[in-house]
Amino acid sequence: MASLSYDQAEPGTELPPRQYQVTRRDLVRYAGASGDFNVIHWNERVARSVGLPNVIAHGMLTMALAGRFLTELAGDPGAVTEYGVRFSAPVVVPDDDKGATVEVSGTVTERLDGNRVAIDVTARTDGTKVLSRARAVVHLA
Amino acid sequence: MAINTDYVGRTFEPSAPYEVSRVKIAEFADAIGEPSVLCRDRAAAQAAGYPDVIAPPTFAIVVSAAGSARVTHDPGLGVNYAMIVHGEQSFTHARPLHAGDVVVTQSTIESIRPLGSMTTLTTVTQIRTVDGEHVCTARSTLVERGA
Repeated sequence: MASLSYDQAEPGTELPPRQYQVTRRDLVRYAGASGDFNVIHWNERVARSVGLPNVIAHGMLTMALAGRFLTELAGDPGAVTEYGVRFSAPVVVPDDDKGATVEVSGTVTERLDGNRVAIDVTARTDGTKVLSRARAVVHLA
Repeated sequence: MAINTDYVGRTFEPSAPYEVSRVKIAEFADAIGEPSVLCRDRAAAQAAGYPDVIAPPTFAIVVSAAGSARVTHDPGLGVNYAMIVHGEQSFTHARPLHAGDVVVTQSTIESIRPLGSMTTLTTVTQIRTVDGEHVCTARSTLVERGA
């Protein structure tokens, strides 16, 4: 179900933040589903050997979680027509049951024609921005 | 070895056709936690006006991976894959990918630029159906860290 309609969306409208958990299990599952088996996303020894603090999430998984924030807002995964991000910091995923928390928030920046709105998205882990310059165009009912 | 700037503007051969399946869309939706029934139930997707179940927007990376691997693994380009991180990614969709789509991808190197001790490589990948309908443009910037 959509949680935001075009009529409600004014420039400056703040969208309620959402939290998404990412565990090692999620990384393994995303690796299989996406075909991205880069070792730094599942092997702590290799991740540390290339200078990372620990295993990190796939940037594309972080982008997908912030994408969920948008598709759930519209109530339709086909409503997100434009979506771009910069990966500004890695999401470090510890080897425990809680994993990492990605907090996603957003602001409507513009009303466009055709029932579309432009949205700026922010994603943070432990206060650090993990996505920057994240913007989307979403079609709302 | 630095990335070979002679490759700027080069367009690579199209990928082999990729057939988007219902099972793969559902598997991807599960992996990212996308809850929508439109990714899983054909009747619901059709009721919403789609020909079949639709993929979440970032599923396009699965499809475009074949085309972009052609770029990063080209020996003449000189990318040190171990030193690569994903810098930026964007998708512009003419419409969502749906089950039953058979698509080919084709990548062009848009730019290769120094960034301090690093180098950025920006690739644009077009996703089209085998009938030539444009579905999505994916733009990807990889960053090669300095050795």
